[in-house]
Amino acid sequence: MSAIFILLGASLVVAVGFLIAFIWSVRNGQYDDDYTPSVRMLFDETIVQPKERAGGKSTTDNNKNTN
Amino acid sequence: MVSSVQTETKLICFHCGEECKDNSIREDEKVFCCQGCQLVYDLLNKNGLCVYYDLNENPGLNQKEKLRSDKFAFLDDNQVKQKLYSFTDGKQSRLTFYLPQMHCSSCIWLLENMHKLNPAIITSRVDFPRKTLDILYAEDLISLRQLAELLTRIGYEPHISLKDLDEKQIKKVDRGRLLRLGVAGFCFGNIMMLSLPEYLSGGAITDLNLRHLFSWLILALSLPVFLYSATEFYNSAWQGLKQRFLNIDTPIVLAIGITFFRSAFEIITGTGAGYLDSMAGIVFFMLAGRIFQDYTYQSLYFDRDFKSYFPISVCRKKNGQETYVPVSDIKPGDRILIRSHELIPVDGILFYGKALIDYSFVTGESVPVEKTIGEILYAGGKQTGGELELEVIKDVSQSYLTQLWNNGIFKEKTEKRASFIHALSRHFTWGLLGLALFTSCFWIIRDPSRAFNAVTAILIVACPCALLLSATFTNGHIMRVLGKNGLYLKNASTIEALASADRIIFDKTGTITHGGSSKITYEGSVLSPSDKQLIRSLARQSNHALSRSIVADLPDSLPLQIASYKEYPGRGAQGLIGNRNVLLGSSDFLGIAAKKDADFSKVYVQIDKNISGCFMIKNSYRNGMEDLIRVLRHKYTVSLLSGDNDSEKNHLIEVFGSADHLSFDQSPEDKLRYIKKLQDNGHRAIMIGDGLNDSGALMQSDAGIALSDNINNFSPACDAILSSDRFNDLPRFLAFAKAGKKIILLSFAISLLYNGIGLALAVQGTLSPVVAAILMPLSSLSILTFTAITSKLSAKNIGLKLR
Repeated sequence: MSAIFILLGASLVVAVGFLIAFIWSVRNGQYDDDYTPSVRMLFDETIVQPKERAGGKSTTDNNKNTN
Repeated sequence: MVSSVQTETKLICFHCGEECKDNSIREDEKVFCCQGCQLVYDLLNKNGLCVYYDLNENPGLNQKEKLRSDKFAFLDDNQVKQKLYSFTDGKQSRLTFYLPQMHCSSCIWLLENMHKLNPAIITSRVDFPRKTLDILYAEDLISLRQLAELLTRIGYEPHISLKDLDEKQIKKVDRGRLLRLGVAGFCFGNIMMLSLPEYLSGGAITDLNLRHLFSWLILALSLPVFLYSATEFYNSAWQGLKQRFLNIDTPIVLAIGITFFRSAFEIITGTGAGYLDSMAGIVFFMLAGRIFQDYTYQSLYFDRDFKSYFPISVCRKKNGQETYVPVSDIKPGDRILIRSHELIPVDGILFYGKALIDYSFVTGESVPVEKTIGEILYAGGKQTGGELELEVIKDVSQSYLTQLWNNGIFKEKTEKRASFIHALSRHFTWGLLGLALFTSCFWIIRDPSRAFNAVTAILIVACPCALLLSATFTNGHIMRVLGKNGLYLKNASTIEALASADRIIFDKTGTITHGGSSKITYEGSVLSPSDKQLIRSLARQSNHALSRSIVADLPDSLPLQIASYKEYPGRGAQGLIGNRNVLLGSSDFLGIAAKKDADFSKVYVQIDKNISGCFMIKNSYRNGMEDLIRVLRHKYTVSLLSGDNDSEKNHLIEVFGSADHLSFDQSPEDKLRYIKKLQDNGHRAIMIGDGLNDSGALMQSDAGIALSDNINNFSPACDAILSSDRFNDLPRFLAFAKAGKKIILLSFAISLLYNGIGLALAVQGTLSPVVAAILMPLSSLSILTFTAITSKLSAKNIGLKLR
């Protein structure tokens, strides 16, 4: 029976992990624009993104998170 | 008869895809319709950006209209700059431009590769749904004005309005709602998983430890749903109660609260498992419905006022110097310059120049008015002649045009009529409360121990969430279908306003007629320049719409003195100019036998018996307008409110059926009052207009529809924007909105069936969590499927596109 307790704990940890990932991605603005990235990824050249970006909120790098 | 088959090869502009007429330009084996398009191509070619043309065919924007060189001069002003920036450190600045012309993937590619055009641009990033470009650039290498001009040169003229300076206009997504949905989904899923053992074991898990663990975990998981995800419903219910209005969210909050507390009580005392799985599910589905319903067109704006129309800056003349200053800085006494095709932003006295002001924007009157020095020019007019100098007499906020916005209707967010959903939910709730009372009395007498269970179970079932679900999902489907067909709604309550209207009111200029000038062809004896001058001089005297079209069509010439002028209303005009007798009018006025032509208005001309001909003026009415009005008249009372004069009255009476439904020379306030009067008499009105002069009426009406040739252009504040090429589909849209109400009622009836089963059990006090857990998702899911299928079917029946 004790296996159930362990499994239950493990499943909740995984689930909470995904919840946190979801909250982070929404706050990060990844759901703000659900169209442009789909077009952008089809362009051949990658757009130059300077590493140090000045200014306010940075727009997200959508190509990194596919999960 | 053998007809010669002509094979026409149309020359298409490589840049913008428009047909090249004469004097097209060729370069690199490519054809361009105008120099502007060629210049853009050159610029992109030079910078190795021709991928632009590979991604889509002819992706460019037509460059025929030239930009005034000083249009963006105001961007040199520091104050303006600071207001537009979202960030600046003196070297690098970041801001967001709204570029309504953006339309395809080529646009995205080009705009995101701006740094190749000009190295001063560090990054540029497109948000396509909102049609915005977020741009970071080095300020010491390129000025903001040059940046705006560069964008304009490649075809994306940024739209910057006075309103942008007051407040940030770029829409932000409501991330909170998405978070609440995500959290509710997470909790719902996990609660269901933890409840599964209980369902399978037939109601009670034998292992006490496990049972406790599961139920306490469920309680813990339900807390975020109760305390966070459902807050939207608490807020809405509270807002309703504050205004003494029992909206649909009130019974929902009641049900959520009772479910939570009863379940928490059961779990803590160890007497049962509670209904927390149902509660989490309900909240999750209802939130999903709300998000689905409140689908927004992110690039469209429904709440524009005059500030969006006005130029942001104006050229002020002071001590012989001309500087561009923000319009809001203009004070009475200032001298300002208005160039050709500029809008007059403030009331002023004409000081210098020949004024020919087009007030169609404000009044709907389509003919430019001549004004002489010393006369007052009102804000909102567009100069069509040369340069003017004005002395300002009022602040921008107090000028004639803006007074309309001081009307109360624009101040308060008027609560439009409450939806039938609320009324329905109220009956539903009262009915169930009565039932609950009856049941509790019954059980208190027979078996008091079951009373508590039975009553709370009824209240849980009493939640009109099925009604809310059917409404939100149906509305979401309807909005999407209408959007695909060219009618863009501001929000879901517009659907009901469209469905329940019994009056439709049209504006004339720009709504049932085309914008722009009408096409005129001439047939008959050849006219010499002096003949044309004669005709023009005579036509100038008449105020008739057709005469005015002829005046506009003939070349500019000095008006001649007319010795004897006589106008025969509705027939024609006659005049003696010099020694020549000129007649202008209908066929029977000139005694000519001619056939009627539906598409053309014919004006016959005769000079001294020897010259005669006919002007054929293409009707400026929209194609199919007559049929549309006739169709609508079967079900609605249709009327017309025009700011123009009544020169087309005779024809319009034929179309609208009676002169009672036509009103001419209406000021913007008159239009607003007309709608208000209808509403006071218990009617529900749809107003269809296009201009700023209709904005009061659009606002006052139950559903104000702004007609627009290009939906990304600027339309006045309204409830819906209709693309003008779908104007004739109006009856279909209205029929579909009506079908929506039926779908909601039907799906509600289906959910009542489930509620009935639940109630039957609840009244007996035997509603087990298992049955509740099965009933809840079943009813929700079947409603989702039902609304999706029925709304698609009825759209198909009515003849609307689904894709």
